[in-house]
Amino acid sequence: MTIPNVPPECYLVLSGILFTIGVIGALTRRNAIVVFMCIELMLNAVNITFIALSRFLQSLDGVLFAFFVIAVAAAEAAVGLAIFVMIYRSRETINVDEINILKW
Amino acid sequence: MLEHVWLIPLFPAIGFLINGLFGRSLGKKVVSWVGPSVIGLSFLTSILIFRELIGRPPAERHFEKVIFDWVVSGSFQTVIGYQIDPLSILMALVVSGVSFFIHIYSVGYMHDDPGFTRYFTYLNLFVFMMLNLILANNFLLMFVGWEGVGLCSYLLIGFWYEKDSASNAGKKAFVVNRVGDFGFLLGIFLLFINFGTLDFTDIFGPLQKNPHLINTATATTITILLFIGACGKSAQIPIYVWLPDAMEGPTPVSSLIHAATMVTAGVYMVARCNVLYSMAPISMAIVAIVGVATAIYTASIGFCQNDIKKVLAYSTISQLGYMFLGVGVGAFSAGIFHLMTHAFFKGLLFLGAGSIMHALSGELDMRKMGALRKKIPYTFWTFFIATLAIAGIPGLSGFFSKDEILWQAFSSSHGHWLLWAVAAVAAGMTAFYMFRALFMTFFGESRVDEHVAHHVHESPKIMTVPLMVLAVLSVIGGYIGVPHVLGGANHIHEFLAPVLGGGAESAKAHAGISIVSQAWASGSEAGGHSTALEFVMMAISVVIALIGIGIAYLFYVKNPALPKLAAEKWKRLYKLVYNKYYVDELYEILFINSLKNLGTGLWKGFDEFVIDGTINGIAYFIGLLSGVMRKMQTGLVQNYAFSMILGGIVLAAYYIVRAIFY
Repeated sequence: MTIPNVPPECYLVLSGILFTIGVIGALTRRNAIVVFMCIELMLNAVNITFIALSRFLQSLDGVLFAFFVIAVAAAEAAVGLAIFVMIYRSRETINVDEINILKW
Repeated sequence: MLEHVWLIPLFPAIGFLINGLFGRSLGKKVVSWVGPSVIGLSFLTSILIFRELIGRPPAERHFEKVIFDWVVSGSFQTVIGYQIDPLSILMALVVSGVSFFIHIYSVGYMHDDPGFTRYFTYLNLFVFMMLNLILANNFLLMFVGWEGVGLCSYLLIGFWYEKDSASNAGKKAFVVNRVGDFGFLLGIFLLFINFGTLDFTDIFGPLQKNPHLINTATATTITILLFIGACGKSAQIPIYVWLPDAMEGPTPVSSLIHAATMVTAGVYMVARCNVLYSMAPISMAIVAIVGVATAIYTASIGFCQNDIKKVLAYSTISQLGYMFLGVGVGAFSAGIFHLMTHAFFKGLLFLGAGSIMHALSGELDMRKMGALRKKIPYTFWTFFIATLAIAGIPGLSGFFSKDEILWQAFSSSHGHWLLWAVAAVAAGMTAFYMFRALFMTFFGESRVDEHVAHHVHESPKIMTVPLMVLAVLSVIGGYIGVPHVLGGANHIHEFLAPVLGGGAESAKAHAGISIVSQAWASGSEAGGHSTALEFVMMAISVVIALIGIGIAYLFYVKNPALPKLAAEKWKRLYKLVYNKYYVDELYEILFINSLKNLGTGLWKGFDEFVIDGTINGIAYFIGLLSGVMRKMQTGLVQNYAFSMILGGIVLAAYYIVRAIFY
């Protein structure tokens, strides 16, 4: 199968769009799980950049990094979701607005 | 045997460790054997070393044994090392010998004290430190011993620490001694700066050969500073005030530390530094004047004291004044000679006072004594002998040593007839107050309290035997220094000559430098005094002493009402002397209160206001700032994320802008 000749700029633009969506989502959404999903989105936007540039530069470094990011994201998901469960049990909400006792 | 000089201080150290660490479990019996016997071993070693030393020709009577390097730091090098020469071995003999007998006496005296073990621990430690002081071959180790004996003195003065007066007296002794030690330490620093070493041989040896190594001003400064140290330890004007209070300690302690050994350390130190002192005529004059002033001043206080130990304490200060007069006029060997005889008779006097207290259930007030002569005969006779000795009655040790000092004060080139006159009057006063004490205690009517009088008893043998030994020494101790004019050979003078030079005999030259060279060139004999004059002086001092005794007899035996009449007649003078010239009160106002005020001022003004204020001010300011800054912590995680991303954008923008424009 031949891969259509997509110029690298497209990948980077796609990655930029995804990343921006992730940032805006992480900053504006109230539900912690959605915020979390947005963070995953940002991570994967970066992954796209890595892969695209890896291909473009004919180097495996980017692929390697992408794997790391995936591994870290998986670990983060496990820990993060466990934290959300615990927070929900004690406060009966996972709304980040209401989880604000760590302040002046 | 000389190789084993380190054994002398080692034995008391072992005794200290045994008594201190295991004394409690070993029990009283063992402690009472260990305590004196270790000192006995030291004494024995000293005797053996002494015998070997006198077997050598005089010029070779010097031996140093370095045990190990102590401080090695750049150019500063000090060893733990001991030296044996005529001066140090003589001191070691006196210290270990007198200590030995006082230890034995203490076994009896302290028998029922709950602190028995502690007492012997301290006492052994004291002897260890004292021997270090004497045998050290450098100033630093000497200083360690110097401070060590001060510590033991403090511990033993405050031995009965439950008593307020005792613990206060201990503190007073310690603090007052610090004043002197300050001077001593500065003197040592100056010595190091000028010589680059603290070894006695390395300092004095080159100095003897070439007195121009330091100039007179430096020598004067050093010697005056050292003398301040000596003043503190040996209780001279103006820092003598601690010694009378030191009588709060157990009586054998007063005998050992505050009469026979520790307080003479100052005299020893001045004698040890005789080469330096000989180069500084001004310092010599100061030493002599302070000595003679102390001698007469404290003798006068002795007139009106009713506490027998206080009389002896002032007498000790007065006799120390004599020793300083001796060394101050360049008669170093005479000073050391008097130090030795004084150790015998004053040690004995204190032990006698202890025996009297023992007989009278602890009574110290001489107004409540009297007519004890028959009841405690051993104590009486030994006390009597010591009193004769200190009064300077011919034939006893005190006569020879005191007369030597008086003669030197008159005839030496550093001397002056005025020094002699004052010292001679002080000698008469000594005879008076000592016989006053003797008469009030042993003669006349009994003024002893009813219930005390019932069980007046002589002390046990363990206490009376040391008394007798010291009494014998008080009699014969003087015969090693019979002056030539009386047909003697003045052995002690000859013996000490290698260390102390010819002493005053040859120190006839006037300038400091020539004194040294001449002193070291000529042995001990320069002669040239008129023998007749020396005889006349001797006769005068004996007559003065007899007059003192006569007045005491008149006042306290013949007509006991007379002292009261005299006190009435010169009421103000009597009150002044009775209150010790209000010196304690004066010091209280001048030094203690002003220091207290300074302390309070620093506490309230500096510590509380400046230091605490600075710290608290900084804390308050930080608190204010934090109050503003903490508002940033909203607790909303998205705010934090927003600022993070904002930061990222700013960074990215910076790099982009930079990439575009540069």
